Order: sequence, then C-alpha cells, then structure tokens
Amino acid sequence: MKFGVVVFPGSNCDQDCHYVIEEVLKKPVKYIWHKDTKLDGFDCLILPGGFSYGDYLRTGAIARFSPIMKSIIDFASKGKAVLGICNGFQILLEAGLLPGAMLRNKDIHFICKYVYVNTENNRTRFTSTYKKNQVLKIPIAHNEGNYYIDEKGFEELERNNQIIFRYCNRQGEINEESNPNGALDNIAGIMNKEGNVLGMMPHPERSSEPELGSTDGRLIFESIVNWLKEK
Amino acid sequence: MIKAEIYITLKKTLADPQGLAIKHALDSLGYDTVNDVRTGKLITVELNLKDRKEAEKKIDDMCKKLLANPIIEDYKFQIKGEK
Amino acid sequence: MVNPKIYHTLGLSDAEYKKILSILKREPTSTELAMFSVEWSEHCGYPRSRNWLRLLPKEGKYKALVGEDSGGILVDDLAIIFKMESHNHPSQIEPKQGAATGVGGIIRDIFTAGARPIASLNSLRFGPLSESYNRYLLKGVVDGIQFYGNCLGVPTVGGEIYFDDSYSGNCLVNAMSIGIADKKKLARARASGRGNAIMYVGSSTGRDGIGGCSILASNEFGEGEEKRPAVQIGDPFTEKCLIESTLEALATGHVVGIKDMGAAGLTCATSEMASAEDSGIEIELQLVPRREENMEPWEVMMSESQERMLVCIKKGKEKDIEKIFQKWDLNAVVIGKVTDDDMVRVKDNGKVVAEMKAHALTKAPVYNMPYEKPKYLDKLNRLNQKSIPKPKDYNKVLLKLLGSPSICSKRWVYEQYDHMVQANTVVLPGSDAAVLRLKETDKGVAATTDCNSRYCYLSPYRGAQIAVAEAARNLVCSGAQPAAVTDCLNFGNPEKKERFWYFKNCVEGIVYACKFFNIPVVSGNVSFYNESSRGTIFPTPAIGMIGIIEDTRKISRQHFKGEGDIIALLGICKDELGGSEYLKKVHKLIKGNAPDLDLKLEKAVQSAVLKAIGEGLINSAHDCSEGGLAVALAECCISDQKNMTGAVIDNIDFNIREDALLFGESQSRIIVSCSRKDIGKISDIAKRYDAPFQVIGKTGGKELKILKGNKELISLPLTELLQKWGSALEALVSK
Repeated sequence: MKFGVVVFPGSNCDQDCHYVIEEVLKKPVKYIWHKDTKLDGFDCLILPGGFSYGDYLRTGAIARFSPIMKSIIDFASKGKAVLGICNGFQILLEAGLLPGAMLRNKDIHFICKYVYVNTENNRTRFTSTYKKNQVLKIPIAHNEGNYYIDEKGFEELERNNQIIFRYCNRQGEINEESNPNGALDNIAGIMNKEGNVLGMMPHPERSSEPELGSTDGRLIFESIVNWLKEK
Repeated sequence: MIKAEIYITLKKTLADPQGLAIKHALDSLGYDTVNDVRTGKLITVELNLKDRKEAEKKIDDMCKKLLANPIIEDYKFQIKGEK
Repeated sequence: MVNPKIYHTLGLSDAEYKKILSILKREPTSTELAMFSVEWSEHCGYPRSRNWLRLLPKEGKYKALVGEDSGGILVDDLAIIFKMESHNHPSQIEPKQGAATGVGGIIRDIFTAGARPIASLNSLRFGPLSESYNRYLLKGVVDGIQFYGNCLGVPTVGGEIYFDDSYSGNCLVNAMSIGIADKKKLARARASGRGNAIMYVGSSTGRDGIGGCSILASNEFGEGEEKRPAVQIGDPFTEKCLIESTLEALATGHVVGIKDMGAAGLTCATSEMASAEDSGIEIELQLVPRREENMEPWEVMMSESQERMLVCIKKGKEKDIEKIFQKWDLNAVVIGKVTDDDMVRVKDNGKVVAEMKAHALTKAPVYNMPYEKPKYLDKLNRLNQKSIPKPKDYNKVLLKLLGSPSICSKRWVYEQYDHMVQANTVVLPGSDAAVLRLKETDKGVAATTDCNSRYCYLSPYRGAQIAVAEAARNLVCSGAQPAAVTDCLNFGNPEKKERFWYFKNCVEGIVYACKFFNIPVVSGNVSFYNESSRGTIFPTPAIGMIGIIEDTRKISRQHFKGEGDIIALLGICKDELGGSEYLKKVHKLIKGNAPDLDLKLEKAVQSAVLKAIGEGLINSAHDCSEGGLAVALAECCISDQKNMTGAVIDNIDFNIREDALLFGESQSRIIVSCSRKDIGKISDIAKRYDAPFQVIGKTGGKELKILKGNKELISLPLTELLQKWGSALEALVSK
C-alpha cells in the first residue's frame, strides 16, 4: 500500500502527516507536489492542513484549481480513499468532492486547543477501529471551521450517515458549549455519499503519539491501513 | 482597458460575525443608531478588453468559477468605463 | 556642499558626516548618504551599545555559534539556532502589521542560517488595559503574531505579557524564534569568490519602511508623530514559500552565502555580506524587481519591503538555484556579482550611484556614552517596610493578584496561536517553559522568555541578573539544563545619561549572571529610544533562554497531578516586599529594592530540582515569581483547568510578615510535588546540593488552604481562583 501526502504552496502539516505514516505506522508514503498530475500506485491520498495560498481570497479557493486536483477528483471517482484534514477539508469542499462550505469561526478568532469529538459513524473505512459514540481527544487549529450546508444538504447528510464526527464534551454530550466554532450541528467531519472521501477539521496527525498528549487520532490512519489490507 | 469592481458578500441568511463585532465596536464608540453591519470584499479587475459586453461575460464567469463561493456568497459587479 | 538639513533628517550628526567625507575623500551622493545613515543607525550599527555588548560571554557547556545574524549552540550533530528581536516602534503605530513583520523578520534570520524554524516565542509589554489604545495594541499585536506565525506553520509556544504604566506610549514587541539544522549544513551570511553571482530572491521592492531604520530607531515619538513612516505589510504566504525554497536551495551545496534583507534592506545585505569575507559586491539596480514606479536609487537601497533575501551563488549554478525559487513562484534574479576590491558598488542603469568600501559601511563609529545614576533612585530604594499596613483579608489580596493582567492566565492569547503545528510541542503553553521534542533523538529543547522590568527599574544590575536566573529557573522546572541566551535589550534614549546608566548596569548584570551559570549569549538585539512625551519605559532587558532536555520522557509541568501528593518548597522565604506586584497593586507603591539574589543559592535550588526531575521523582515543579508563594501555589492548583487539584499548606516555617510570606517575591524558590514514597529521596538530593528544603503540605480537596500555625491565611475554593485567574484577561480586553 502507498500513501500520498499532497503539498500545496502554503501547506504546513504535510510533514506531520508524512511522519505519522512513515515513522509511527511504518507504512510507505510519498509527497505529491501540487503541480504533478500522476497518481499511479497510490492507494490513499491525504490533503494536509495549513494555509494553502495563504488562505487568500477564501480558504482552499485557489488550491482547488491546482493541476493535481483534476487527478484527485478522478482518483476519488474511482472509489479510492481521500482524507482531507483542516485546510485539506476546506479544499475538498471548494472542489465539490464534499458538500457544504466553511465560514469564519463564530468568535472570529483562530482557535488552537484540544477538543473532544464524538464518533457518529464507525462503519466507514476511516473509523472502523473506533467504537460507535467513542469520544476522541483531538486538537483543532483553525480560523474557518464553521461548517455550513443548506437545509436540503443537511437532511441528505443525515439520511446517508455522512456526518462522521461531531464536537462534544468529555462525556460525549453534543451541545453549544462544546462547539468551538459555531459549526452547524457541531459537525467536525463528514464523508461523501460514496464513503471514500472524508474531511475533518481536527488534526489526527497531532494526536497519534503519546508524548503529544493523545493517541486518539492514530486510529483513523490505522482504520485506513486495515481497510487497504483487506482490499 | 476596462476596469470591473466586484462586490462579494455573505448570503443574507448567514450570520456575519465580523459585521457583528464591528457593530459592537461602533456601539461602544457612541454610534447608537447603527442597526446592522455586514462586511464583504471589493475586488477590482483590470481587463485588456474594449468590448463592454465581452468584459461583463468574462467577469461573470470569473465570479462563478473562483471569486465567489455560490454556497455562501453573493456577488455583483460594475464595469467602469474604458481607459 | 550637502545641506546639513538633509543628513540631519537622515539621522547623521555633523561629526558623522565629516567622517563620511574623510572616508570617501569627496562629497557623498544621495544614495551613499542614505546607505551610511541606515548602516550607521542604532539598529544596524549599534554605535552606542557595541562597547558594552562586547562584554557578553560567548562560552558555555555547549559550543556556541556567534557572530552572524542569529546565533546558537551545537548539541551532538544538531545546531540549535535562535534569536530575539524587537519591533517596538512599528507595533506602537500599526500593531497588527508591526508585530507580524517582527515575526517575519526574526524567522528569516533563522532559516537564512540554514535552520528550519521550529518554534516562536514573544515577550510583550503594554500600558494598562484601562486605556483603550492599549487594548487596541494588545489585540492588534496578538492578531499580528497569529496572522503571520500560524500561516507560516511555525508554532508559537510561549512568551510573556506584562502591563505597566511606563509602556503607555511605547509598547514592546520582542519576537524570538528557534530553528534546528544539521551542524554540517549551516549557511553563512557572506559573499565570496570573485565572479560568483549575487541573486535577489522573494517579494518585489516597494517604498515600504523607507527610513524606518534610521529615522525610527534613532528618535523618540514626537507629539504629532510627524515622522509616521510607511508601515510594512507582511505576507506570510510568500515567507512560507521562501522557507521551503531556501532550505531546498541550501541543500544543493551551490549557495556560498545568504542573508535576509531586513532593516536597511539591500544596503545592509550587500555591505554585510561583502564585509564578512573582505569581498566586494557590485549590483545593478535596474535588475531589482519593483512593485512601484519611478523609485530613486536611494529608495531601492533603503527599502524595507518584507520577504526578500540576497543569495551568493557559485558561478555557473545560477540557473539551478533560480529553478528552485521559481518552482515556488518566487522572484529569483541575478542582480550582481562578487568582486575582489572590497567595495560595495551600486549601479543604476550602468551608472555608478554609490561606491565605498564595505567595511566603511559596516564599521559604524563607536560612541562611549556618558552615564549617571538617577538622582531619584536612592530615595526610591528606601522602603520602610514597617510602615506598610498588613491587609486584613489575604483571600481578597490573592484574588486581586490572580486577576491582575500581568499575572492572570494568558489562555485568551495563546489559544489564538497555533502552538501544535509540526507536532513537536510536548509541553504546551501555560507551564513555566515550552518543551519541544527533537524528532529522531530522545532529546528536547525547552524555551522561555523572562524579565521583570520593575526590578530592573529599582536595581538594574540585580534586576538583570534576576531575569537570567528566572529564565534558567523556568527551564529547570520543565526538566531542562539551561544552555544559552539571546537577549533583547529595550531602553530609553541612550543620549540621556540616566537612561544609559540603566543600560550599562543591566548589561553588566547579564554578563555576571551568565558567566556564573556558564551560559553564553549567542545573539540578541538592542532597541533604544523607547520613550515618548509620556515618559520612558522601565529598563527591559528581555532574556530568551533555551535549555536542553536529555530525555523527553523525564520532563515536568507546573500543575499538581492528583490527590495525596506531598508538596515541598526549595529555597528561602525572606522578609522582603520591595518591587513586588503586591506592593504595586495593593499599596500602589513601586518602591524598595529588587528582591535579594544569591546566585549560589539559586544554583543549589536549580541543581537539586533538575536532578530530582531527571530521576523521575517529581510530579510537578513551579517557580515562585510575581505574586509570590500564594500565587505560585494557586497556579499549581488551577493551571490544568480541566483537572484542578487543591492543596493544604500547613507546614510553612518562616518567621516573617504574613504578607511577605504569601506575596513577597523572594528569588530562588521552587515548589515541587511528588508521591509520598519519593519525598525522602528528594530531600536527600536537596541536602546533597545544599538547597534549603522543607515539606510544606499536601495536595487534595477542592480548595487552596494556606495556614501559618493555626491561623488560616488563605482559604479559597479552586473554582473561585479559576474564575478570577482564567477569565480576567478576556474580560479586560473586551471592555
């Protein structure tokens, strides 16, 4: 199996994602420059966090037109796995690979802190190692994490079990107090209808090793590895 | 040379936290007759074109494709004369 | 004959102009005049401080790297490069962009040394938050730091924020950055090898900050601020591309030298790169990418447009290097070459507009500034402690101190900074020092910034030593061996004898303390003229210190870990109130002397705690600083806000005034907590190092109780302590 970490100008968390896969999970991984177009041999792509193109115009708006994106859309249409983390999630939204859009955090400020998210759906290739309603401690760090979708879109997300993570408190209660950024219905991560593209605002690569404060994020990568093994 | 002024704003149904923060700041400065504040972006694009209609079409395309996100933003633009 | 008004406006004195005439043996061109004015300015040439900075020690346990834009130490095969720099005046005018470009500038100094930036810290000071402009400044500066630092992907992991009247009219923004490199792959800021290329890389040049250097750094703010300069706007996205492309370019081996264009832009870069290797540089200004029209040669030479660098490349390899920068969509243009005539030669469309020896520019005149002890100081230092009434309700005092902006939690600030990117932050903001792991080793680096400027105002020599001692103490509390210092020396107008007396004494204090701890000062910055019509700032020699952790599994944080642990105090509580936050906040006095400092005692306490942490015996360690013992104990109880642990302190045995016991700021004290089974071993270690040691209480419950004998001095529920301490800053800022 081979992982690919896409690097846009301004990506910041590419090295962190690469490190987790290579050093923690001990699996093959390569960087993919945003101007490349060939994705042969890759089984899972990761769009990492950061500030692609400085977040200028709108977060993810310019990266969405990078040459690599055509190939990624094609890759996803073939049912292969794509994980978008933070800015990666924002790029997937702009590219239409995931429904909805990101608004500025409700309190306007950038927020960096550990939060808790509830595993709403563990029957996906990204969350199979979690239990349903398992509460995970994973950090966020973003300016635009306020997820929005219109009523019709929201109903569809719910109907198809596309909401994967919701912000909650330590006890797993999903409420306004545990919502750090005003996201609709505390949504922290969603999947496409086909189940092969996941976007999430929290950073699992920052919570994959015990010395950093939590290992709850590692299970997402392990779920993907398990799914690829079984394929 | 044609210059276009494009205004991009959040859809009216969406909350604008920056607008709200600005309203509070105006309140605290004593401007107590302010009802509402909304923010947006002004983008000016200079085009190497002479034909007004052609320019309008191109600007409209740009807004739809890149400059505005139709899920959360509205746009309108003015073509300002030819140099 | 050049009109004196011109060179006076540029900040050159008559004597300096005469010197230029004697160097050139003719009148200078306007470009040459501008170049001398910026290179000889306080910020670039250090004319008034160089004599004293020479005294700073350059040796320590680890091999020190000194002498370039940034400095550092070697630890095994790694070079740890770090530096702190000020951006005070621009931040006072435009706080967001001032702070942002301050962060950008210091980080450029790190990666142009060949090091990948791994962390930032900042030391900030403002006037009281009761004034709306100071609130505006705090919000703007924090916004600027997060805007730039977060986008760059360099975690902002620590720092300090202080508030005092003396900073109204003159805020201080000192930005520090740390980077790591393979010691064999460091880059130098030099140009050498006749015929090698000089390449300009990065953003295009505009009229940003023209004269910012010489005009700003050499003058106080006038009433009308007529000298409002063009403020520089930061572009962190371009800088991020610069970081990646520069490190890629350096890895090719074709780069002879590289230098950031910071203060004094092209002038500084060309002259200093040439001077470093006794080479010459010739450049053609028409090749410089510009974003404004009709720029005069002197404007191009003085521009402080951000995110630009000058690179010296081996002849024949220019295209290879160009390709790398162009891959990241950056300007990369050969604008000149290295010569062997020691001259800096600037051409504009083929015509020479400036030509002088590189050394003439970089060897600014050195001045011996006169100094004199302020007349008010002796009286100020006399504090009749007996006349200070003891408060009736110590609980109220503790809550007041916990809610004061210099002491309260800074969570509102650091949660706006991405402090986790790069996945190295092992101890997050909110403890005594930040700790970063060094991947692929077991080691870690700890970092902190410290300075109590009130102490420096009352006693500069002792106050500066305390800044060094406290920084070391903070590092020790996290489990790190203090290793090296970068300093950012912020003072008033050096042409005033009393201000310079403070500078001289602070530098001497730093020298003494660093020599005592065997710690080199590897880099730093001086910022003078921090005064306005409202007065001058407190002398503020900010100390940025890093320490090395041998094994990141053996580190410590400041908060109590759980119920049933023993709490002990290493150090001595003395009957002193001078210079304390308590004296200022409750009795409205800034009086007395800085607390006593006995460096031998300090070393004994630090060594004992470090040893105990290294042996895995310590559950928490926190030093006593502003607010004294009571505030430190409260912080131990509540700083892990989701897991607070109470304490009962009932065995504290010092026969001094109660308020001095609770709130006095005696130095060299560390509070530790440990399991019951380990207390004996820790006590033995303390004895071995001659560190005074006593068990003072135990953790447990939901309150902080401090008793002296049978008398309850403090009894407060943790929720009330947290409520005051945790939300004070946000409440003050939101007024």
